[in-house]
Amino acid sequence: MTGNIVIISMVSMGGIGAALSLFLAYADKKLKVEEDPRIEALLNILPNTNCGGCGRAGCRVFAEALIQGTASVTGCVAGGQDIADSIAKYLGVESVKADRVVAVVLCRGGEKETVKNAVYKGERTCVAANLTGGEKACTYSCLGYADCVEACKFDAMTMNDNGLPVVFYDACVGCWACARACPRDIIEMHPMERKLFNYCRNKDKGAVARKICKVSCIACGLCVKDCAVEGGIEMIDNLAVVNYEKCPQDDQPTKRCPTTCILFGEEEKMTKDAYYSSLPKKAV
Amino acid sequence: MKLILIFISASLINNFVLTYFLGICPFLGVSNKTEDALNMGLATTFVMTLTAAVTWPIYTYILVKFNVPFLSYVAFIIAIAALVQFVEMYIRKSSPTIYRAMGIYLPLITTNCAVLGLALFMVLREYNYIESIIFGFATGVGFTLAMLMMSGIREELEFADVPEVFQGVSITLIIAGMMALAFMGFAGLIRG
Repeated sequence: MTGNIVIISMVSMGGIGAALSLFLAYADKKLKVEEDPRIEALLNILPNTNCGGCGRAGCRVFAEALIQGTASVTGCVAGGQDIADSIAKYLGVESVKADRVVAVVLCRGGEKETVKNAVYKGERTCVAANLTGGEKACTYSCLGYADCVEACKFDAMTMNDNGLPVVFYDACVGCWACARACPRDIIEMHPMERKLFNYCRNKDKGAVARKICKVSCIACGLCVKDCAVEGGIEMIDNLAVVNYEKCPQDDQPTKRCPTTCILFGEEEKMTKDAYYSSLPKKAV
Repeated sequence: MKLILIFISASLINNFVLTYFLGICPFLGVSNKTEDALNMGLATTFVMTLTAAVTWPIYTYILVKFNVPFLSYVAFIIAIAALVQFVEMYIRKSSPTIYRAMGIYLPLITTNCAVLGLALFMVLREYNYIESIIFGFATGVGFTLAMLMMSGIREELEFADVPEVFQGVSITLIIAGMMALAFMGFAGLIRG
């Protein structure tokens, strides 16, 4: 009797299994979806972070656009030159040199430098804080709730102990995610050749700006005079604006800046290693 | 009348997630956003209804007939896995849009204990075929309901000032516990 049950069990389970597998095998044949194998191959090349830096919904959509020929091989900003070359090689087209851009945070007014005129107790995001004006007196400044760091999918940003976001020059892929996340448009994307930046967006008159932040642009005009080329730096709305088409990239205009808001070559110093090795060692 | 009773019982009073604690993994894992939760709930409802429709004949006409009902666990697991596979293939073929929305949840459902639990409860309570299908559908509705409520609460929670020690999983589990307690209130319905 026991032997009988074993046999019945084996046969019935085997029967169910075989019937289902036959059914699935048939269904697989019948319901096969023809998909361009190149999409899968391109997806293996792409970073697959779906950052949206290419302006499309995700890596898959970008891969489809590449095959249809509606996207450029350099369209993947996150991948950079290497991936552009790989894509071009795979698709059999000529690769072009992509301009790499990096994010630049144009505000240096952190906890230490700025004056606060309010206490903010709402939701801890910049978008929400921006509705009320935030804590700092400067209405052009970084709000400090790290929406940009949250948006960065490449681990290329962090908040420093001064409450300001730091972009790691070597890790930033230039996907625009942080620039889009910032409600005050403090983060701009710039090609790597640009090294001279005015790290302030305050358009208040000099006297006002000086009172609320130690490193604000007070529109004194010294950098405008010191720039080697006429019109290389212009004063627009109480703010020194570097004209990158004219201004030579050197440290000449920074030398007499009374508030050190215009600086040269600061970005490339901040690599990931440099930042983390500059932190005080924590006791383990 | 019995069908209505089965429906209300399975979806509210004996809600699988909140009373039997089955299918907790997707309940906690996919309840971040209401949209995802709804898609997952609908996919699960679909699979559960089909499961009831397929496992009942297997049990009645094969396992009971050959006097080997103890094989129900294995047989049901095989049947559910094959079924989900088939559903995935079919959706992929018929509608790429639905596949993109639902496709990633289907493999999750294969290993969802709520689906297996449904099949086992169904034979334990000796439902007939129609009752089984209603039971499967109602269980799915109950699951979707729990998912939707959880995701709604969790979306609101994003704006709440949660103490640091409770953030993340622990506050979610506390809420799940409170919801289960609240669902105990439905137990009074069954006598009426």
